[in-house]
Amino acid sequence: MEPLQIAEKIKEKFPGEVLGVTEFRGQVSVHLKKEKLLDICRWLHDDPETDMDYLRDLCGVDYLGRKAPRYEVVYHLYSIKEGHMLRLRAQVPEGDTKIDSVVPVWVGANWHERECFDMYGISFNGHPDLRRILMPEDWEGHPLRKNYPVQGFTGEKEWKGYKEVLEKSERLKEFEWEKQ
Amino acid sequence: MGEAVGEKGFQTKELTVSMGPQHPATHGVLKLVLDLDGETVVKCTPYVGYLHRGVEKLGENRTYFSALPLTDRLDYISSMSNNVGYVNAVETLFGIEAPERAKYIRTICAEMSRISSHIIWVATHALDIGAMTVFLYSFREREWILDLFEMLTGARLTVSYPRIGGVRNDVSQEFLDSLYKFVLEFPGRVDEYETLIDQNRIWLQRTKGIGIISAEEAVNWGLTGATLRGSGVNYDVRKANPYDVYDKVQFDVPLGKAGDVYDRYRCRMEELRQSARIIKQCIEQIPAGPILAPEAHKFVLPPKENVLKSMEALIHHFILITKGPLTAPVGEVYSATEVPKGELGFYIVSDGSGKPYRMRVRAPSFVHASVLPRLSEGHLLADVIANIGTIDIVLGECDR
Repeated sequence: MEPLQIAEKIKEKFPGEVLGVTEFRGQVSVHLKKEKLLDICRWLHDDPETDMDYLRDLCGVDYLGRKAPRYEVVYHLYSIKEGHMLRLRAQVPEGDTKIDSVVPVWVGANWHERECFDMYGISFNGHPDLRRILMPEDWEGHPLRKNYPVQGFTGEKEWKGYKEVLEKSERLKEFEWEKQ
Repeated sequence: MGEAVGEKGFQTKELTVSMGPQHPATHGVLKLVLDLDGETVVKCTPYVGYLHRGVEKLGENRTYFSALPLTDRLDYISSMSNNVGYVNAVETLFGIEAPERAKYIRTICAEMSRISSHIIWVATHALDIGAMTVFLYSFREREWILDLFEMLTGARLTVSYPRIGGVRNDVSQEFLDSLYKFVLEFPGRVDEYETLIDQNRIWLQRTKGIGIISAEEAVNWGLTGATLRGSGVNYDVRKANPYDVYDKVQFDVPLGKAGDVYDRYRCRMEELRQSARIIKQCIEQIPAGPILAPEAHKFVLPPKENVLKSMEALIHHFILITKGPLTAPVGEVYSATEVPKGELGFYIVSDGSGKPYRMRVRAPSFVHASVLPRLSEGHLLADVIANIGTIDIVLGECDR
């Protein structure tokens, strides 16, 4: 099935949910509202014609100052049998950074969603185990947000764990050989 | 924590064991917290992120050209494959195509790195399970292939050899001859490894019927590469969406049936032979011609001697370093390649500036590490080691 046809079918099946369809280099993106995302995903997965059995990728994007809903969660779906791909872009506004988890449809989304939560602070309703995954548990802030500095925070806002290591190394200096 | 009273009135309790992050069998810095009932794993919780270097964040703050060395450090065992994946993604975004000769060279390189990665995999996997000899044999061939990498690129591990729109330097006939000698001899070496373990009773007991995952479930988990094909799903990016010259060479995609550790081992061993077969055909077919696309000057730095002599080249060099390519289109692409571990995807969002607005790396090891609890829970502690080996993860790629 052609990706554009699938986009049309989503429009028919879920009227009012599709905000727009764009195509670039032969790849089709469907821009969606976030409310019925789980239903749309489940339908795309179960419908024998679309048969999106494989979630290639799930990630967040931060459009700070460029677009009205600040965040997007991007899903790359693929059908192994049919060989077609579709990209879903769900809009997540800044004030309400919550979206339904797709773990009930694709189990493999589990860690991707945890990473998205870790990096962008978007929380996923119904996720079985939503914790930070790449950053330490007591880390503050979400590193891939565009207003997060590349080199991280320094000074007061430095990560607690790093400060502890520095303090410890200060304390251990009294055991250095030269100091006798 | 479940507590129970055993037959003879002894009280038994689950034991929590922290395995890693410095355990030799975790292939890097993976930490598993295992709840054990006797020797049976009740719950397995992986902790990753020890090697997180923020490759995605760094990629957003570098030009397309200078983000290339970052991709070396994803899967450091097969850095060439990552480079090829990245340049393919950027080429798709910009809508340019590398010349035929460069595509052949890239295919050769990607398959060489598949061989070097699979050799490491079989060596460490067998070592973890207790077959030490394979390690010694396979590192002999790994040295050989790393020497070939050095001959071509000047580096053994972090090669940064492909360029957006082509490759850095042309291959010499001497290199092709040495590589041809290697691929003729290599299938015999694979037979040698198999003689050591294929029918070994201990090996069979440790791998057959361990870590079974059905085809449907494997797809649902998002597994790729040989980890998926061991369950019998015929999905290989090289066949499904051919890039470079994979549509011009003959090769088979080996499939397993049972979806256990042994079938995945069989798949990877067969892939070694297929890779040698692809390289052989590429060397025989490689055409003469340029190695950089005409548009590549927008991405690749001009030769140093020109920079020192000509004003245009100097300006060009300056703009490329400070601003990046000025002709980026506004759009987004997802481009996937088949790396040794599975499907490596790059999702690049461009806003028209010289740097990617968003550079997402879909790392196969990240997905594969998430399936560990599913494979291990309810099985023996010793099988956890076999399972870590069979999903073939590299933590540099998992944590990015």
